[in-house]
Amino acid sequence: MNTQLEHSDLTEDAKMEAFLAKIDRGEKIEADDWMPDDYRNQLIKLISMHGISEIMGALPEKEWVPKAPTLRRKLAIMAKVQDEMGHGQLLLRVAEDLIAPLGKTREDIMQDLFAGRLKFHNVFHMEAPTWADAGVIGWLVDGAAIITQSMSLDTSYAPYARALHRICAEEKFHAQHGESIVLELAEGTEEQRQMLQESITRWWPSLLMFFGPPENGNITSNQASNMRYKIRSQTNEELRQIFLKKYLPRIFHLGFTVPDETIYFDEAEDKWIYQQPDWEEFKQIVKGKGPRSAHRLHLREMSYEETKWVRDAILSYGRQVG
Amino acid sequence: MGELLQVETAQEALKNQEYTQALVDLLFQLADDDFILAYRGSEWLGLAPHIEEDVAFSSMAQDMMGHAVMYYEMLEELGVGKADDLAQLREASAFRNAILVERQNGAGGYNDDPHYDWAYAIVRSYVYGLHKKVRLESLLKSSYSPLTLISRKMLTEHRYHLMHWQVWLKQLANSTPDARARLEAAIAKVWSDAGELSDLGPNAASITGFGLIEAEATLREVWLKETQAIFEAANLSWPGEPGAAKERGRAGEHTADLIQALATLSEVYRIDPAASW
Ligand SMILES: [Fe+2]
Ligand SMILES: [Fe+2]
Repeated sequence: MNTQLEHSDLTEDAKMEAFLAKIDRGEKIEADDWMPDDYRNQLIKLISMHGISEIMGALPEKEWVPKAPTLRRKLAIMAKVQDEMGHGQLLLRVAEDLIAPLGKTREDIMQDLFAGRLKFHNVFHMEAPTWADAGVIGWLVDGAAIITQSMSLDTSYAPYARALHRICAEEKFHAQHGESIVLELAEGTEEQRQMLQESITRWWPSLLMFFGPPENGNITSNQASNMRYKIRSQTNEELRQIFLKKYLPRIFHLGFTVPDETIYFDEAEDKWIYQQPDWEEFKQIVKGKGPRSAHRLHLREMSYEETKWVRDAILSYGRQVG
Repeated sequence: MGELLQVETAQEALKNQEYTQALVDLLFQLADDDFILAYRGSEWLGLAPHIEEDVAFSSMAQDMMGHAVMYYEMLEELGVGKADDLAQLREASAFRNAILVERQNGAGGYNDDPHYDWAYAIVRSYVYGLHKKVRLESLLKSSYSPLTLISRKMLTEHRYHLMHWQVWLKQLANSTPDARARLEAAIAKVWSDAGELSDLGPNAASITGFGLIEAEATLREVWLKETQAIFEAANLSWPGEPGAAKERGRAGEHTADLIQALATLSEVYRIDPAASW
């Protein structure tokens, strides 16, 4: 740092100090409060990725919505996927407020997604070829999401915290919805059980990847600053262990396996020792090179482009009446 | 019409075979209309023009699907079959929905290159919805008490849907020339099928004779009058008498679109209908 500080720099420093003191006292930041650019940028990255993941996350299950096997399941999965779109809507509104001072809008978020600049969660790049996947997504993917999102309930950014409170409440219903599909298959015919086992096996590496690479003591600068800003409070590995502790016993109890022959619980260390998924593959997947990335992005982009005339019409009508 | 009996329960209805037949015929029309259009709505999930509308559209499709479930459960109560089987195991020729609701949303599959037409979605939902309102209001006076009861419940929800469609119609009709042209094309397309909505099927005389619902001509007249007023308020020219497809859905004649829809919506259930899902 330069020893001869400009007056404005001092002011920025003082602002920064006051900002950090404020979040250290456990106070929350509102959209209109002063915040460091770095904090704003971290939030934009996190919340737009979360919002877009909700929306892209609707797509694998959407594949099963029209095919859900009973009238009750049809109603339940329609409601579930609708909720996910609703989560996307809530979060994009939070992101919109953060990007507004930068002169950006939701249109920019969508264009970033289409251009591959905005990433979405690894799980939503994967295939969901059977009805059991609809169950496993609800049970385990939503279950994993509850764990990461619960960590952020106490985030220093108040609008995000408020959105998360609502989202987490709904995610619990989603996990129940998924569990109910899974239990029905688990208690069902041989064919149904096999369908479920194949789905668990298929989703296992993606579920491990969901929480991000383990830190092995080396916390990235991103993670460190997000912890400093109280945007997050736990590491990837801590979150993954919570997930494993919660769900592995349930999977085994139902008589199913995961594709990891050496997995075991280390009592002394109080953690699951598991085989690492291919983290190089993870990087490729979130870059948009997963098995369904292109298909889902195409679906999203195409429907967006083909309904442009509708958004234009709404704008035009708004100008006329308004 | 002579003195009409009021039937309070399924058990009571079952004492009269002809009455039961008329009731079952009507219930299949009501159930299948809502079921198939709700299915079409569910195909739109994730594809609506903006996220807010995606949520709203899905919520309305769920209400409609919920109504279909209530009708299928009434059929189950009358011993016609299990609600899930009725919805998913019947052949197309057993379906009694109007052709309008089975038409695909546009070219392509819901998951593969769907070229869906939002103007058609709006006009179909609204025109169908206006007819459904007239039908539900008539059912408030039905001789079958369980129908009057659920119709009252459905109407409350349904009025919100109509308000939603009305806003869309007004917006699209009075915005860009492109939107206006698409809307008019959609109206023409919907209108060429819409006349069948008030068709009560081959057993119409018995259905109205037992006082289950008012006569086709009455339903049609009220529906057209109300629809005309709404079109006028939105500055849309009145398309005149609605037409009907060459297939008569109410008599079990259907298009390839329905056959495909049924194959999709029953795909998982048909793996093993005896299993629990
Ligand atoms: Fe969600
Ligand atoms: Fe969820």
